[in-house]
Amino acid sequence: METNLCVAGFGGQGVMTLGKFLAEATCDSTDKNVTFFPSYGAEQRGGTANCFVVISDEMVGAPLGDVMDDLIVMNEPSLDRFIGTLKEGGTLFVNSSIVKGEITRKDAKVVSAPVTELALELGNAKVLNVIMLGIYIGYTEVVSLEVVWGTIEHKLGKKPKLLPLNKEAFEKGLAIGRSQR
Amino acid sequence: MEKVYSRTTGIREDMVNGFCPGCMHSTIIKLIGEVLDEMDIMDKAVGVLGIGCCGLHMEYMTYDNTTAPHGRACAVATGIKRANPDSLVYTYQGDGDFASIGLGESVSAANRGENITVIFVNNGIYGMTGGQMAPTTLFGMKASTAPKGRIAEEHGYPMHMCEILNQLTAPAYLERTSCNTPANVMKTKKAIRKAFENQLNGKGFSMVEIISNCPTNWGVEPLDSLTFIEEKMLPEYPLGVIRDK
Amino acid sequence: MARVFMKGCEAIAEAAVRAGCRFFAGYPITPQNEIPEYFARRMPEVGGIFVQGESEVASINMVYGAGSTGTRSMTSSSSCGISLKSEGISYCASARIPMVFANISRGGPGVGSIHPAQQDYLQATKASGNGGFEMLVFAPSTVQEAIDMTYNAFEYAQRDRNPVLILCDGVIGTMMEPVKLPEMKTDEEVAAFKEGNKEWACIGHGKDVKRSWIEPGHWRGQEDANIEAAAMYETWDKDVQVEEYLVEDAQIVIAAYGISARVAKSAIDILRKEGIKVGLIRPITVHPFPYHSFEKLDYSRVKAILDVEMSIPAQLIYDVKLGVNNRCPIETCLRSGGQIMSRDAVLDAVRKLNEK
Ligand SMILES: Cc1ncc(C[n+]2csc(CCOP(=O)(O)OP(=O)(O)O)c2C)c(N)n1
Ligand code: SF4
Ligand SMILES: [Mg+2]
Repeated sequence: METNLCVAGFGGQGVMTLGKFLAEATCDSTDKNVTFFPSYGAEQRGGTANCFVVISDEMVGAPLGDVMDDLIVMNEPSLDRFIGTLKEGGTLFVNSSIVKGEITRKDAKVVSAPVTELALELGNAKVLNVIMLGIYIGYTEVVSLEVVWGTIEHKLGKKPKLLPLNKEAFEKGLAIGRSQR
Repeated sequence: MEKVYSRTTGIREDMVNGFCPGCMHSTIIKLIGEVLDEMDIMDKAVGVLGIGCCGLHMEYMTYDNTTAPHGRACAVATGIKRANPDSLVYTYQGDGDFASIGLGESVSAANRGENITVIFVNNGIYGMTGGQMAPTTLFGMKASTAPKGRIAEEHGYPMHMCEILNQLTAPAYLERTSCNTPANVMKTKKAIRKAFENQLNGKGFSMVEIISNCPTNWGVEPLDSLTFIEEKMLPEYPLGVIRDK
Repeated sequence: MARVFMKGCEAIAEAAVRAGCRFFAGYPITPQNEIPEYFARRMPEVGGIFVQGESEVASINMVYGAGSTGTRSMTSSSSCGISLKSEGISYCASARIPMVFANISRGGPGVGSIHPAQQDYLQATKASGNGGFEMLVFAPSTVQEAIDMTYNAFEYAQRDRNPVLILCDGVIGTMMEPVKLPEMKTDEEVAAFKEGNKEWACIGHGKDVKRSWIEPGHWRGQEDANIEAAAMYETWDKDVQVEEYLVEDAQIVIAAYGISARVAKSAIDILRKEGIKVGLIRPITVHPFPYHSFEKLDYSRVKAILDVEMSIPAQLIYDVKLGVNNRCPIETCLRSGGQIMSRDAVLDAVRKLNEK
């Protein structure tokens, strides 16, 4: 089994962190092979950021696959750029607060939620990526939610004040993800 | 009888140095050896030789030394000193080496206040390669690559490294000396000693710029080269302490 | 030991620290910035030195200086920065200074692109500077390999008193994966490394002891120095490392190194399921090159070699050609300029070859 995921959005939406949390959680708590490959350099500064996560029982070949099983898009340009890489019948996770355009791929399973607004409702626009990670885990269960939450907790260790907010965000996402399954 | 002078142990007795007759490099090398002897730090000394005539004495030094790529002596010395702070590390560089190809490394090491000593031998010319123009070549002074002499519009102005480095905050000590008279030789020796002491005391970057000669490529007799220094070089490059923190 | 999730560049830096590296100088360039950044944080913790040089030229020369004191030293850069370092690399090779450097390579020529590439193969393996010196050159295809190679590189550098190059592409340098870290050399061991180099190190021996003379110029006998170095290079046959994957019955053999080999390997697993007999020869040391792996192939069975690399024009192919020696056709599957080799491209290329 191999899962290829691409996460894409504006710089500042925390797409790298989302990908890294997921990959790191997989590393820490499973025997699976996992890679995280970020876009970097000027490309990042151009306002868009994207990263690739591959989780596999076998050795991971390319850390950047040709075809994505899952695609998370946080903004319109990312949708346009990466929708073509989604496999036939793959799953598309969209931030519907920002992505307003029609999704032309009728074969794709679409999981959508207005994560920017939801984050603002929680009082901090920055947690949109944690909500989205929750949605992704709730929907796919590619790694167990305890493991992912454990990693977030560990990463936020230095800023314990942020834990309750992030926990709320993560759980909100989980619920949405599960409900759309 | 009391012994009032002995040859420095820094120079081998069984070898002839490679400098041209009358070249001040010989004098300066001897002074460095004497200071190392007098301070009793020969066993700590590491010379980093630039590329140019300054490298011509490496075979006859008795203490540790290495040769840096052309211009990079300050970078190599930085590496040695930081990796082995107990060593007394100095660079020995010509004007082409220090002020032209190595300008970046030189200024940057000075700006970091690197705890090394630079002995900068300014003879206003590329000696080793046969008399090409250096950044320090004087106006009107002919060079094989400036057959009509240095012209401001074409070649810019003679570079004053002591004054340039004096714009930086970090350097501890900058002095310009010469070896054209016995009195100046003694002053040069004193300056070298002070620069080494600074390093032992952890004061940071020290440089002694020594106005030197190149009878061979200046095309003059050794004795006349002394007159040239007095009359032409020193007015452009006045001697003295420029910085002493 | 538990596995940790690390970025290639940081893993290389940590491996170096664990191998006893206590001096690093470098200059920023993408995609290797995490190496100097990591050292800047890490060196003070272990009593090591980090210097940001004013240029690549200065950095390599600082390493030349630090290496001259017998301290385990390292620098890194990417492609066009490595070109600037070639001066100092050549000096280290000439003066026989042990040091390790990494090229986290990107597109070229010139400033090229900041994205991963394998366009420095010939420079890395044939001439990383003037004068015809040679180096052991290791090409990792996983972050774990990058760690192990860097860790061992210091031993090879020490053994030969010669520079060692880790030729790593920008993918391995920037990706993260689970790794196991090697053991940290103790302070005593690190001190002993330096002590062991004292005889030749340029640290101040004074007039009475055999003087240390780091002699990049070999003023007295350049040819003798060349002969001595050449004799050392001759001993490297034993150091050749290669991975041969499903080659025994292969009719098509892929030649690839680094990230391209990794991508190719995953393609092979798919192609084998389709019944296509395809294998891989992956040079792990790209210098010295595993020519023997190509020489010993049964060319009555092997129909073609497929050279897979991220360089246009192809470069690895020159070494492959030497090994194959005209006994079968060599085709290519290439990307370049920062475009990453894709599994689909390899699949297509092999399928096409198989139909021929
Ligand atoms: C990279 C490089 N470029 C050029 C040279 C040739 N070269 C050797 S010495 C020298 C000039 C030396 O002049 P200077 O530093 O003034 O020393 P001097 O001989 O006058 O003491 C040059 C250009 C070299 N060795 N390396
Ligand atoms: S060429 Fe000039 S600088 Fe060089 S040794 Fe002769 S006189 Fe001295
Ligand atoms: Mg000169």
